[in-house]
Amino acid sequence: MLEVKKMNTFYGKSHILFDVSLFIKEGEVVGLLGRNGAGKTTTMKSIAGLLTPKSGEILFHDESLIGKKPYEIVRRGICYVPDERRIFGDLTVEDNLEIVYKRNNEWTKDRVYNLFPQLKEISQRKAGLLSGGERAMLAIGRALMSSPKLLLLDEPTEGLAPIIVKMLEEQILELKKTGISILLSEQNIISSLKIIDRAYVIDNGKICFEGTVSELAQNEGVKRDHFLI
Amino acid sequence: MNYSGILTQLIVGLSRTMILFIVSSGMSLILGVLRIPNVAHGSFYMIGAFLSYTIASFLGDVSYSFWFGIALAPIIVGLLGFFLERVFFSYLYEREHLMLLLLTFGLASVLGDLVKLIWGAEYRSMTTPVFLQGSSEFFGLPVPNYNLFLLFIGPAIAILLWFIFNKTKFGKIARAAAADKEMVSAVGVNVNLIFSLTFVLGCILAGLGGALVAPIVNISLGMDHSLIMEVFLIVIIGGLGNIWGAFLGSLIFGITQSFGILIWPQFGIIFPYLAVVIVLLIRPRGLLSSTW
Repeated sequence: MLEVKKMNTFYGKSHILFDVSLFIKEGEVVGLLGRNGAGKTTTMKSIAGLLTPKSGEILFHDESLIGKKPYEIVRRGICYVPDERRIFGDLTVEDNLEIVYKRNNEWTKDRVYNLFPQLKEISQRKAGLLSGGERAMLAIGRALMSSPKLLLLDEPTEGLAPIIVKMLEEQILELKKTGISILLSEQNIISSLKIIDRAYVIDNGKICFEGTVSELAQNEGVKRDHFLI
Repeated sequence: MNYSGILTQLIVGLSRTMILFIVSSGMSLILGVLRIPNVAHGSFYMIGAFLSYTIASFLGDVSYSFWFGIALAPIIVGLLGFFLERVFFSYLYEREHLMLLLLTFGLASVLGDLVKLIWGAEYRSMTTPVFLQGSSEFFGLPVPNYNLFLLFIGPAIAILLWFIFNKTKFGKIARAAAADKEMVSAVGVNVNLIFSLTFVLGCILAGLGGALVAPIVNISLGMDHSLIMEVFLIVIIGGLGNIWGAFLGSLIFGITQSFGILIWPQFGIIFPYLAVVIVLLIRPRGLLSSTW
């Protein structure tokens, strides 16, 4: 459904992504793994239209996304969940969900609350007052409100307590069962292996490994070179 | 000086405050959501006043001419704002702030000349509508009915704005966009449309302020200049982008102004500015929380 071909992205004058190519099939959960500063967020932002690649191609259902505005990309079925969450702190939890553009009624507020029951209890709270775990859930729930076909999950468990990480991972697995496609970025290779079907490893802005989870699990070289384990 | 004199002065001062509030809430909105320090905001206010005069004199001395002015002038100003936002401002959002500031400076001059071309340089004045003429007794002293009318309309606008920004989807999106414009786009909302609507709403408020002030002042070129300074100060002491801040700032400005004139007539004008200095010394970022 998504195909990225030889994408090059710059931040100002500095070249961040070098010929990044990847693809995601319908219903697949694909990992984008790498350490801090490897280019995971830049890749996601380029797909979501928050950054414009200098060259290369991004095709979603055979339509080019290059040059499209973020909201146009959301309306085609791709929604980005930033690693900093960027929830709207001035609004209530419920309003954070309600202002999202709804492509269709596949996802509703109630369905989001079913997936994240914790959010329902605090639906009237100002989002700026939420804990880290609640913020992460709200950011995912907010993206789901647009009923995306492809979710770009940027380090959803970053900075969370281990018990919350475990809970969130179960919720993402729950989400996976609905058949949604996910591109999931992670620094923690071990925890991501439980969730993903296939993985790309990115380092210094280049894709340096691609393969299935078992291939990655067995490849000690990749793990040593790119994850410091 | 007796107490009733002070009270009358307070009421007249408060009613002027309402005009300041209506205009500065529009400025605050545009500043908070679009981040445009709109120097041309006073021009929209001036155009609102002239339009209201023209509409009223076109319709002649009929009871509804005033209402037509109040209703139509802000709408025409809003349309002008819509045009300007689409044609000029919308191309500059991604550029540095200075560009926007320079554009609004230029616009203020152009709009000022436009007013001169259309209405000329003479003073204009219009009468208050018949049913708002005369005055009511307050503790034995007369207060003009029109000022009482303004005292009613100011809070009404405040409540309306509160409703728009807390209860409507547009308002909630605008608040989200004030904090994180890019993320609003990343949840599928066309932010440019929200910006456009917010700008128009801000212009409508400026136009409404002008239309409301028209019966009680000399409508003239330059009325934008004297106002824009005050409105900027009000927005700054209230907290950038905060509607209630604009309300509070207007109260402080309006009341110190009217009491300043009462206490020390020759130098009354310095009191509101002194108040601004004191507020900023105590709370440099404004009284209420800013969206910046």
